[in-house]
Amino acid sequence: MVRNKMDQRTKIVAIIQGLAGEAVNPAPEESLFESGLLDSFTLTDLVTALESEFSIRIPDSDLTPRKFDSIARIQAYVQSRS
Amino acid sequence: MAFLRGFGCYLPPRVVGNAEVAALVGTDPEWIVEATGIEERRFAAPQETVATLGAMAARDCLESVGVAPGEVGLILVASGSGERRFPGPAAAIGAALGIPGKPAIDLPLASAGSLFALALAAELCRQYGNVLVIGAEIMSRTVRMDAAGRDTAILFGDGAGACLVSRETGFAEIADAVLHSDGEFAEALRLDLDAPLHMDGRTIILQASRKLPRAIQEVLERNRTKASEVGAFLLHQANLNLIARVAKALGVPESQFFRNVGRYGNTSSASMLIAAAEWWKQTGGRIQAPIVFAAFGAGLHWGAVLAAPRA
Repeated sequence: MVRNKMDQRTKIVAIIQGLAGEAVNPAPEESLFESGLLDSFTLTDLVTALESEFSIRIPDSDLTPRKFDSIARIQAYVQSRS
Repeated sequence: MAFLRGFGCYLPPRVVGNAEVAALVGTDPEWIVEATGIEERRFAAPQETVATLGAMAARDCLESVGVAPGEVGLILVASGSGERRFPGPAAAIGAALGIPGKPAIDLPLASAGSLFALALAAELCRQYGNVLVIGAEIMSRTVRMDAAGRDTAILFGDGAGACLVSRETGFAEIADAVLHSDGEFAEALRLDLDAPLHMDGRTIILQASRKLPRAIQEVLERNRTKASEVGAFLLHQANLNLIARVAKALGVPESQFFRNVGRYGNTSSASMLIAAAEWWKQTGGRIQAPIVFAAFGAGLHWGAVLAAPRA
């Protein structure tokens, strides 16, 4: 379970790094918007990448920035959909 | 049967560049271009109203297709920025065109309003003959022009567009329409009474990035048409980056999308018809391939309309 969570986090960070175009490693609670790692349009790419990486479907009703504003929130959301 | 006869538009003469807006809201003009693709927009003069803008676009449309105002059977006006709760601008536009007595209906749907009106016109023209569809907005009066209003002030402009839909003749037949509404995100984009426009831009972009291409695919699949077969996509001009997203999602080049948001900003319900008017005047109404209209906006309301060359 712990390893699974670590793997999830590693994959999420890799997605963020891919979107940011640099080897960033944000703290779990750090706001990805405030730090400039995500904006309105990369947020859309993030959602698409999460669906692909974790084989989940994110419904439109869940498409709010708050759910994806930090690594911790993204991980909690992915776990809730897995 | 319902046909597109032609389009028209009116843009107020006052051009407002990014430097002027940036100075008022405290940002960098170049950042506005990067974030939105918008380089300038138009602002209405103090004496202008949503109805006067709409009437100008209507006259341009009718003159372009050689139809007298008296031949119009119904007026549908989309606007979210009218000066008062009621009456809306539709009846005033009818009076300005010299056709009092003709039914005139307001659709206060904001950005998707003209798309919904177009879809309704395709049905209503069977009873009313020529249906004049108008989108008219003075968005500059809905936003705060200071630092607190930065994220909306940079986006919006004023203008009006018009389209004549007929049951008898036109350059393209309206083949199908898909319309959707969902009040779950109504708070994300709204214009409350006596308050400036509120927009949660991230939520709106996120929702629009998904819903717009999905609506377009829905209307295309229903009519066994591939996105690559479409001659022109005429979208609500909200943001150049959003249009690029839609093109990417559909797997077609951005060049298939007519774009004028850089010159006029986001004119809400007027934008799709202004874009259509400029595209139509460029092509002369001679088309060989289907065209797709699509819009997304407050409500949320979104959808797509497919039109095909006359057989």
